[in-house]
Amino acid sequence: MPTFSQIHPTLDLAGLGKRARHASDADVRRILARGRASTLEDFAVLISPAAGAHLESLCRLSQAATRRFFGRTIRMFAPIYLSNECVNICRYCGFSRNNPIPRITLTVQQVEREVRLLAGRGFRSLLIVAGEHPKFVSNGYVEEVIRRLLPVMPSLALELGPLETQDYIPMVAAGAEGLVVYQETYDRQTYAELHVAGPKKHYGWRMDTPERAYAAGFRRLGIGALYGLHEWRYEALSVAAHAQHLLRACWKAQVNISLPRMRPAAGGFAPKFHMTDRELVQAVAAYRLLLPHAGLVLSTREPPALRDGLVPLGITTMSAGSSTEPGGYSNHFDETTWTPNSEQPGEQFHIADERPPQEIAAMIRRQGYEPVWKDFDQALVSRPEPAAPVASPAS
Amino acid sequence: MLHKPDCSAMAHLPNTEPLRVADRLFHSRLFVGTGKFSSNELMRDALRACGTELVTVALKRADLSGRNDPFADILNFLEPDRYLVLPNTAGAMNAEEAVRLARLAVAAGLPNWVKLEIHPDPNYLLPDPIETLKAAEVLVKEGFVVLPYINADPVLARRLQDVGVATVMPLGSPIGSNRGLECRAQIEIIIEQAQVPVVVDAGIGLPSHASAALELGADAVLVNTAIAIAADPIAAGQAFAAAVQAGRVARELGMGVTSQRAVATSPLTSFLS
Repeated sequence: MPTFSQIHPTLDLAGLGKRARHASDADVRRILARGRASTLEDFAVLISPAAGAHLESLCRLSQAATRRFFGRTIRMFAPIYLSNECVNICRYCGFSRNNPIPRITLTVQQVEREVRLLAGRGFRSLLIVAGEHPKFVSNGYVEEVIRRLLPVMPSLALELGPLETQDYIPMVAAGAEGLVVYQETYDRQTYAELHVAGPKKHYGWRMDTPERAYAAGFRRLGIGALYGLHEWRYEALSVAAHAQHLLRACWKAQVNISLPRMRPAAGGFAPKFHMTDRELVQAVAAYRLLLPHAGLVLSTREPPALRDGLVPLGITTMSAGSSTEPGGYSNHFDETTWTPNSEQPGEQFHIADERPPQEIAAMIRRQGYEPVWKDFDQALVSRPEPAAPVASPAS
Repeated sequence: MLHKPDCSAMAHLPNTEPLRVADRLFHSRLFVGTGKFSSNELMRDALRACGTELVTVALKRADLSGRNDPFADILNFLEPDRYLVLPNTAGAMNAEEAVRLARLAVAAGLPNWVKLEIHPDPNYLLPDPIETLKAAEVLVKEGFVVLPYINADPVLARRLQDVGVATVMPLGSPIGSNRGLECRAQIEIIIEQAQVPVVVDAGIGLPSHASAALELGADAVLVNTAIAIAADPIAAGQAFAAAVQAGRVARELGMGVTSQRAVATSPLTSFLS
């Protein structure tokens, strides 16, 4: 079966883009009457300006579809950054190797300390993030971290530089169950302009990462584009097509879509394209109507009011109280209030919603949803019986 | 015997035969899943109101470590003197994982009953027949009471009964679809051939679906999504309880025998007797 990097160039994205810009009101009403999108053409209609005029109806359908499959629940997770060392030069990223930020790589013990703090806040699901560096993020370091964290954090997903299947296999064996990799932009020319040095230059290699990860045994695959780098409808169509491909090619994996929008970061990159709040909401609803079983992930990049509004509309997973600097929770957070109490010069980007996890959880409950902290068990990935835990969550 | 249900929803309906599964008797033929609720408190209240005596819980949501994890405390809301708490193995991709989870549940103090849910496809959550059969064989031999969730496959149902499962649980339609008894024809065959109770599980979206399943001859139904995401889960649970009871009454009375032709209410040959 061809990989997505082979399929993507064959998609009629120009035609779909035209449909996404010029769909008629009648086109939109036809799909709304059906209650779902069946094809990329339908999806294109749902992300059109014409569909934007029907946002309320779109959101009602999205809400109902999300509740049927996911219930009235929101899964909670936290990112933990292991290292901001990176060999790539990416014009928009705070970790770009030419940015003069303090470079930090945590020891395994320092990671454990961070995770003890996160466990005390209720998290049982982590996204382990690291910059791409063969010296600092290598030689079994990630596997060791996974093994040490698993007894406390049963659900572990990774967001690392793309690797070969054979490099992912030991990480899966150690207990990681998810792999997240954003293509950043699916437009090849824009991609080349933004990724000027390092292995991240390889556009097709990156695009096929989820499939290599699936071959290694990951159960959850996260994809997405970074809105702001290129025209958002083009990216949304590409992400939707990518998700559809993964549902066929990686049938045992849960596919999750993230919707990160550009945030201020070291390097001062100014995005050329802007996705409005309404367009973000429209994209959430459109993804839901095309992909009723896909997880939709919302990070702390987005401001509080928007995050609150999106809870009942189609989102299934949220982070809360996040730090994007390695060691940020230990070094820059007030342990009592769980809010940043100092600058984080080594952060990847500055978050917009700094509310602590318990405040987010209370907000979710006020909206009639339940924050779910644990939705996976170590027993699913561990054999034989797990070792004694290294840290106990605070009660 | 478990606490007898006090469900006002069934107060005006005739009593029906209790259901025996393994060594337990159940007066309510409505089993309820505990996922998707907007809060554990509301889940607890809805379960109480509908009079169910068997509830399922996904082990992946529960604290199996014994540390009383306050962020995985769903089991604290399921009263063991009121319900048989039936752990399910949702999240397991294969027999090995399901067996590991089941053993862990018993080690954590849950009953040695297990609802086998093995769905490697996380999108439609359809059960894997091969892995389910393998896991059932292992767990029955270890003394578990096994209730397998399956597609409405009559042959698989027979093979599972051959290895000693306590019920078979064919889906009506995919989990969360609320489309009712799409697999009706296959379910009828399973019921006809069954030597253990048949519990229709998944896809029951309306009380009328639940009634229909009982009228068809299913011994019970398991409902989760339709109650959990209803605008009023307490009322929805009560509606399902009434529907299940009504369907069972109809079945016990032998109602609803259909005919292609009209049948006169006054027999034509009564003059001969």
